[in-house]
Amino acid sequence: MKFSVEWLEYFLDTDASVAEIAAALNRIGHEVEGIEDPAERLAGFRVAKVLTAAKHPDADKLQVLTVDTGEGDPLQVVCGAPNARAGMKGVLGLPGAVVPANGMELRKSAIRGVESNGMMCSVRELELGDEHDGIIELPEDAPVGQSFADYHAASPILDVAITPNRPDCMGVQGIARDLAAAGLGTLKPVEADDVAASGPCPVEIRTDDPQGCPAFYGRVIRGVDNTKPSPEWMQRRLIAAGQRPISALVDATNYLMLAFGRPAHVYDLAKLSGGVVARRAKNGETVEALNEKTYTLDDTMTVIADDAGVHDIAGIMGGEHSGATTDTTDVLLEIAYFDPERIGVTGRKLGLASDARTRFERGVDPAFLDEGLAFLTNLIVKTCGGTPSEVVRAGQPPVEAQVIAFDPMLTARLGGVEVADDTQRAILESLDFAVGADWSVTCPPRRHDIEGAADLVEEVVRIYGLDKVESVPLPRQPGVARPTATPLQKLERKLRRAAAARGLNEAVTWSFLPTGDAAHFAEDADALWVLDNPISEDMKAMRPSLIPGLLAAAKRNADRGAAGARLFEIGRRYFRGKNGASDERPTLGVVLAGQRDSRGWAQGKARMFDAYDAKAEAMALLEAAGAPVANLMVMGEAGEQFHPGQSATLRLGPKNVLARFGALHPGTLKAFDVDGPVMSVELFLDAIPAKKGSAGFARPAYSPPALQAITRDFAFLVPADLAAADLVRAVKGADKQAIVDARVFDVFAGQGVPEGKLSVAVEVLLQPGDKSFTDAEIKAVSDKIVAAAAKQGAELRG
Amino acid sequence: MTDLLTLQTDALARIAETADADALEGLRIEYLGKQGSISALMKTLGKMSPEERQEQAPKIQGARSAVTEAIAARKAQFETEALAQKLSSETLDLTLPAPQAPKGSVHPVSQVMDELAEIFADLGFSVATGPEIEDDWHNFTALNMAETHPARAMHDTFYFPDRDADGNRMLLRTHTSPVQIRSLVEQGAPIRIIAPGRVYRSDSDATHTPMFHQVEGLVIDRDINLGHLKWTLETFLKAFFEREDIVLRLRPSYFPFTEPSVEVDVGWQDVNGRKVLGGDGDAPGHGWMELLGSGMVNRRVIEFAGLDPDEWQGFAWGLGVDRLAMLKYGMDDLRAFFDGDYRWADHYGFSPFDQPTLSAGVGAGA
Repeated sequence: MKFSVEWLEYFLDTDASVAEIAAALNRIGHEVEGIEDPAERLAGFRVAKVLTAAKHPDADKLQVLTVDTGEGDPLQVVCGAPNARAGMKGVLGLPGAVVPANGMELRKSAIRGVESNGMMCSVRELELGDEHDGIIELPEDAPVGQSFADYHAASPILDVAITPNRPDCMGVQGIARDLAAAGLGTLKPVEADDVAASGPCPVEIRTDDPQGCPAFYGRVIRGVDNTKPSPEWMQRRLIAAGQRPISALVDATNYLMLAFGRPAHVYDLAKLSGGVVARRAKNGETVEALNEKTYTLDDTMTVIADDAGVHDIAGIMGGEHSGATTDTTDVLLEIAYFDPERIGVTGRKLGLASDARTRFERGVDPAFLDEGLAFLTNLIVKTCGGTPSEVVRAGQPPVEAQVIAFDPMLTARLGGVEVADDTQRAILESLDFAVGADWSVTCPPRRHDIEGAADLVEEVVRIYGLDKVESVPLPRQPGVARPTATPLQKLERKLRRAAAARGLNEAVTWSFLPTGDAAHFAEDADALWVLDNPISEDMKAMRPSLIPGLLAAAKRNADRGAAGARLFEIGRRYFRGKNGASDERPTLGVVLAGQRDSRGWAQGKARMFDAYDAKAEAMALLEAAGAPVANLMVMGEAGEQFHPGQSATLRLGPKNVLARFGALHPGTLKAFDVDGPVMSVELFLDAIPAKKGSAGFARPAYSPPALQAITRDFAFLVPADLAAADLVRAVKGADKQAIVDARVFDVFAGQGVPEGKLSVAVEVLLQPGDKSFTDAEIKAVSDKIVAAAAKQGAELRG
Repeated sequence: MTDLLTLQTDALARIAETADADALEGLRIEYLGKQGSISALMKTLGKMSPEERQEQAPKIQGARSAVTEAIAARKAQFETEALAQKLSSETLDLTLPAPQAPKGSVHPVSQVMDELAEIFADLGFSVATGPEIEDDWHNFTALNMAETHPARAMHDTFYFPDRDADGNRMLLRTHTSPVQIRSLVEQGAPIRIIAPGRVYRSDSDATHTPMFHQVEGLVIDRDINLGHLKWTLETFLKAFFEREDIVLRLRPSYFPFTEPSVEVDVGWQDVNGRKVLGGDGDAPGHGWMELLGSGMVNRRVIEFAGLDPDEWQGFAWGLGVDRLAMLKYGMDDLRAFFDGDYRWADHYGFSPFDQPTLSAGVGAGA
């Protein structure tokens, strides 16, 4: 909310400087977001007198003026305004001054060959109003040479963020009250003059919706003249507050709202027919609001209507049809109290924001109806004339005061600061709370935010000074801090650094995806969470996999010229769980795209990533995660998104999938518009079993074998479709005592190997126990190995 | 005995002149081989009288060892030369690039979250988590934002069409505060937690992204007041920025879930055009920046979490993790956090070995 200091001083008697006022506002919870000093904006503009005015030799519409600036010789100024004439006083912008309306810096220049040393300004150019038919005409007594900012009494403007709990401060008076409580001055009593009312209100006013509109007060003023602008002092305050002056009637309601936080409405009586009633809208009823949009209403919404229809979306926006115009002569003033909740619900339903709604939905002062109406009537009558009727009062605003049993000890207990009891009492009373001898505190009805004792502590502490709260150390457990991380947190930390240590860059990608991308990676499209109100179609469905986000990032990198990308992310996959709950699965995703190694002098051509690179990451990361990697089975069904022949899952047992990896399907790459090949890995962190073993730190005893292990190599001819792992498992299982390891070290097809076969060479590690193997023992083990391999269809090569 | 002397002198001269190892071996056989001339002299010793032998033996043996040593020395010389020649043919151009392992990195958000966990663990806080897809009861109602509360509308919430089993509307959590409720319901009081994680607002411009990271803090105990809040935040910020001159300014504010509510500003100073935290914001060349929202947990929130607000009270705060990272490590564009640009990762990412520790300081130097 913006307001000028001059306006504030209408309510607050203070000597404080703008800086002091701003500091106090910040201190008591009204954050100052900006201070605008029009004196700065008006620097270089001064009161000047036009001495002579002559026609420009080369332009019909221009005049050449000589202007007295109050010092030195008169200046020659070229001016296009029709009202410029000798003898008048106006505002001259000197070279160097910046025109507020357009940011243009004035310079000495030649206009059609005639030197001009400045500019005579219009109201609009100085942002003092809308008028731009001619230059400003100042009164005869304006002192020539005075800075215009001083002459105009330009007042600094404060822009203050009012928190939603303080609708009472959405008017200048409320802010003045808070500042007075904070010791910045004295609140001036501002009371409405008596209204010279004559005759009863000719319009019937009623509330048929006492829930939505508990109180509806009104009166008629006949014979107003709305052709005149509102007074200059009012316009100045409204402009400072960022409101464009519109007409005397509209300005008066805006002024009431900004001065007292009290919205009201003025109807053109000629446009109303019959009684004016606060009621629920009928379903489907429509109204064209003042913003010239038509709204369709329903029966949860309170409206003001007459016999003909709806004229006002109660508390939110008036109707176009009955709004005040320059032709308006008779008006009905409405000042009502609307239920805050209903205003909020209606406003949200209609998607309609307004200054009135902001105040009504937060709660206006229910005790300020009569006085507000009197202020408004006087403002109108003073400018527009007219004869006000008596007031009609329909319903009763909820003014019953809340009483809170307060214990001043609570201030120290909650607020951490000792404030003397009498100081607390004085603070509360300065904010219009009535404090009983027994500390029962009666709240002013305008303070909708006060719900209990904690709120009173806040009032005391914020006025007393939050800066007086001293730091108090939290009690500390004796000794060294205990570890706090959960197993999942430890797992994620370890994996993150393991992945980075393996050369992968951690990315953080959006949790939401284009629906198509999400569907592409969803096993079950029904399990996807899809937003109702996405910010864009690209951010609509919650990701069922980490791969699409990383793939998109890899694509962006490729588009920037990166030859390869190795990215990982640790985050959640989101699925619709049971009973409408969210099923969020911690996951690690990896994408390896493009070149694994760039071309080099030693290795020759660039090497692209392949599925084994993905396997290497999967295995290494699972090992870092503490998964029993030796027991993992490589199985299929990585998913349709993967190349069917170059992808696999890693499982612990047939059902528990710990990871999937491999080359992405060309169809996936096409769908994401990425050049291949791209490898990917997904680790399902929730599937990784906790590490087994004792809880302590000591490892099992160290007992290396006394004798050295020996290796024996076996070359088998195997069916080409035999999985290497099956052969190795068979070999390993041939003699569980002697064989401690077996690994494939060569795979060959081609010359010397029959069609449909592969030559697979396995190195077997044999570990002797107490005694070295005898030749016979080794022969026996070898025979067992060959026999076991034979069961897999492998024959020893001769 | 002139013969022996001549023989030795001659042998040594010839050994010194040999051209290669083969010639040297020939000389070894000629002098020291079974049929060698010095070997022949050695054999004569057996036939000598003891007196004669006593006189001749040292001379003959001296000649033998002199020749043996000379041969060995010459042989070593040949080997050294041969090795030098071999090595000279094996020269590598070591200015050529060596094979390079790719350099990975940890994202600044993760790094900062690890730093937070480290600091707050020392203060007795554990790290709590909760779902990102929340219901509106946990995200709003239990945090004292009833359906009609204006603050709800100010949250720019992403909604799903779905409702949970209790009929609550599902949404993307707008803050980490629902973790307060879940943790209190699950663990009760006393409690000290931080809850970092992703949060979502339907807001997108130069300084806002629809997804960002927050860290919630919550302390509930019997005698906790605003002074503890101030100390905790001061202590944390000093440890996080590793500066003792962090100055906080507390301003009254409003959040539905706290009462009293406190906005916390931190003093900064202009260092070469960059805002560096530290110092009193009111001092010349300094200023205040809004850092976080906090306050004493509203009684209603404690009630919603199933605790007795007359017995338990405490404070909570919420703070942007991305913002903390930017302030500490100097990034100026939030959107780049979520891009996955390898160049950015290289520039702003962290080594996996920059694991934050209290003993080394939680921060990783530039």
